[in-house]
Amino acid sequence: MDRKRILIVEDSPTMRQLLVFALRRMKDVDIVEAQDGMDGLRKVSSDHFDLALIDINMPVMDGLKLISLIRGEESLRSIPIVVITTEGAKEDRERALSLGANEYLTKPIQANHVLTVVKSLLKGEAPA
Amino acid sequence: MSGDRKDPFSRGEEFLQLFSRGAEFTKELLVENERLRANLAGLEQEQTDASKTPEEWDKYREELQSRLQDLEEECESVRMRLHQVEEENQQFAARYLEVEEENNNLANLYVASYQLHSTLDLDEVLKVIVEIVINLVGAEVFAVYLLDGDSGELDVAVSEGAESSEFPSCSKPGGIMAKSLETAEPLCGDPTQPPNLAEPIVCIPLIVQDRPIGLIGIFALLQQKDGFSALDHELFSVMGGHASTALFAARLYSQSERKLNTIQGFIDLLTK
Repeated sequence: MDRKRILIVEDSPTMRQLLVFALRRMKDVDIVEAQDGMDGLRKVSSDHFDLALIDINMPVMDGLKLISLIRGEESLRSIPIVVITTEGAKEDRERALSLGANEYLTKPIQANHVLTVVKSLLKGEAPA
Repeated sequence: MSGDRKDPFSRGEEFLQLFSRGAEFTKELLVENERLRANLAGLEQEQTDASKTPEEWDKYREELQSRLQDLEEECESVRMRLHQVEEENQQFAARYLEVEEENNNLANLYVASYQLHSTLDLDEVLKVIVEIVINLVGAEVFAVYLLDGDSGELDVAVSEGAESSEFPSCSKPGGIMAKSLETAEPLCGDPTQPPNLAEPIVCIPLIVQDRPIGLIGIFALLQQKDGFSALDHELFSVMGGHASTALFAARLYSQSERKLNTIQGFIDLLTK
């Protein structure tokens, strides 16, 4: 199996560390961290990624703006995106999904659930 | 040479054909012979069996019955072992899930304590506490109170979800806040109650060597969070212990930095 590259765009170092901990349980995965939307855009534009985990509330550029920019760029359009956020309202979920997010997870996260979703998306399947 | 006499080649050919037919016939005879021999052996065995006495038959039947019983016992034993293996398998699967959950919980606790002790800057420590309470606990409205050494009052150092002034004053904390400071234990109320800024649903006392230095009060949870898990209670304990020492160390560090700067200023003044 090829190594997969995953981008974590999250302003909280605590959450980033927790997500890295969870994702490192998968084999053959390289993880890159970005601390805000702009940093995430720079990294996703300059390198290949198989999946992105994106927070919504971030300084400089929020996650929704980042998702719309990624989906608007032909070369990045196919990257699966998982939103991980504190925003649990139905309209927030619908907005993120309508902008092109593949999955919407709310905090506090369950590491197992994140792993299941990431594995499914990396295989090209829709998460259960 | 006369015309009715065949040439030696034709005669040789005829002889060869005759010989081949003879060889095939012989082979068929041998096969038939083998078949008859097998039939004969079968008939002889049947005759031998038929010639057994009733006693011999009884003995033979007993042997067969004993063998059948052995096989049935063996079958039952295998069936029981299979059942045991299935049960063990289920227990292992359940244990695997438990270990995985414990692993996740430990990862959360490790990250929380790691981040709390990753800095000696007071504002950074407060920021980490806020991150943990939002992201790991799932709180929407909360405040971190720190004890003012001079006035002896608990002041809101940082808050989320409401203005600092909206949180209850803690010159003389009452209710769950007073109780948690008194018992030095995190206390939880009913998370399903509507948010009330007068009374927190969770109180985590921040205590270092039996002396309170502050308190974390959670007044409302994120809408997707409907209760507290075992991990949450562990996190409350970790916060009570590690956040207290991290805040205490950061305050000491900041005070020592200030004193160092003052002393350095004096030394510079005297030496210039």
